[in-house]
Amino acid sequence: MRSLLAYGVAGFRRYAAYRSATVAGAFTNTVFGVVKASITLAAIASAGGAIAGYDARQGATYAFLCQALIAPVAVFGSRELADRIRTGDIAVDLARPVDLQLSWLAADLGRAAYELLPRGLPPLLVGIAFFGLTVPHEVQPFALGAVSVLLAVAVSFACRYLLNLTAFWVVEMRGLLTLYMVGSNVLTGLVVPVHWFPGWMSALATATPFPSMLQAPVDVISGRAGGWDGATTVATQALWLVVMLGVGRVVTARATRRLVVQGG
Amino acid sequence: MSAQHPLRAYRALLGSRVRAQASYRASFALDLLGSVGVGLLEAAEIYVIFHNVDALGGLGIGPALLVFALANLSFSLAGVVVGHLDELPTYLRAGTLDAMLLRPLPVLAQLVTSDVSLRRLGRAAVAVVVLVIALPLAVDQWTASAVAMLLLAPLTGAVIFGSLFVAAAGVQFWLIEGYELTNAFTYGSSYVSAYPASVLHVAVRSFFTFVVPAAFTAYLPTLVITGHPGPPGLPAWLGWFTPLAAVLTAAAGLACWRAGIRHYTGAGG
Repeated sequence: MRSLLAYGVAGFRRYAAYRSATVAGAFTNTVFGVVKASITLAAIASAGGAIAGYDARQGATYAFLCQALIAPVAVFGSRELADRIRTGDIAVDLARPVDLQLSWLAADLGRAAYELLPRGLPPLLVGIAFFGLTVPHEVQPFALGAVSVLLAVAVSFACRYLLNLTAFWVVEMRGLLTLYMVGSNVLTGLVVPVHWFPGWMSALATATPFPSMLQAPVDVISGRAGGWDGATTVATQALWLVVMLGVGRVVTARATRRLVVQGG
Repeated sequence: MSAQHPLRAYRALLGSRVRAQASYRASFALDLLGSVGVGLLEAAEIYVIFHNVDALGGLGIGPALLVFALANLSFSLAGVVVGHLDELPTYLRAGTLDAMLLRPLPVLAQLVTSDVSLRRLGRAAVAVVVLVIALPLAVDQWTASAVAMLLLAPLTGAVIFGSLFVAAAGVQFWLIEGYELTNAFTYGSSYVSAYPASVLHVAVRSFFTFVVPAAFTAYLPTLVITGHPGPPGLPAWLGWFTPLAAVLTAAAGLACWRAGIRHYTGAGG
């Protein structure tokens, strides 16, 4: 447990070291937020004031909350573990007396904890100043929202971990990474809320863990999913987390057995 | 490699890149598939929006699809040639660029020919399909100027996007750690250009027209092709200034690059 905590602190410190990268990222997230909110608002206006229960204000709130969460949740994927697998550095990680999956999860939670405020606040402040975002007036959305964001980061990690493990079998995973990035872009609800999807597409999206990464926490924080709805939203996230971490463990076991055969 | 025949040198560089990509067939096929996926999923966003509305920013589905297709076509064409300039921060950190500085050829030309990303043609193919679907929906009457603009737009658009990438690469010499900053302008304008510029607030719209000329890549050409008058402050006739916008952006991109390379002092080796 103490070593996992150390991994978490290291993850936090590591990202805190790159201040100008944080500023640059926050700027880019904000610019995209302005453009996305504009498209969302134009669509809502064109539909006569609301789409799937989102009025103008809620539409803009949705767009900016998504932009605020992109970095902590790491929606677009990552390839750091895959690079360690390809170079063989993974052998060092495996030799340590800590669980591979849990240590990377701890480091990723540390990273997310750092990125939450410096990457999340700027887009939200711009959204509040220029688009008049709505904020819930009760405590419940924030308390449950914190749990939901934590679960979102963990689900995203579990999926990225699995994606990276393919490096044990696939030599060049650029194509896979691109597909993951674009797939998550749509299925998390980042570009357009999943609630706007036509029936077949929303069925497809909800059959994947992706909506648990953005749509779910944004629904909870914005107060769209409150009470019983909020509870089931968070429960669904927890379920996906257990499933994806479980699959990750099975694949890790198979992959490391393979590594032993290959590298001795 | 003789300095008298620089063209031959570039041809050799390019040829080796193309052969390299062709020799790893499975990997190339996966990359190409990924690129087609990118195009399809980008189109899915337009599909979802028009599933809920009949018009966006004053454009119906036909003209809106035309904007999307032209923007994606020019962006992916630019990406084939200069998309990999994105990797410059990696080259700078690894010191790869220092080797290029020693050769008697312009560094930018070496960088451009060091990789040609044929896989990005997958996204261009999706754009062409959307273009073919959009044209009969968007255009009632084919005039000479509509045809001329349709032929001109993908080329000028590619020059504009390509120049933005070159400009972004030039700025990297100062940023290095903050490389993500330029994404707001390169990928940001790619994203903006795929939608009717009329959805943007007038200040943001002016920025993405007159400072970063994203609106010139697809929205303004679409206004000319479809005979749509355009929103206040962004008249359709401005579309004819697309070649001028392309030339100015190219000049600005090269200036950024030159300033950047002059500022560069090596990777510390």
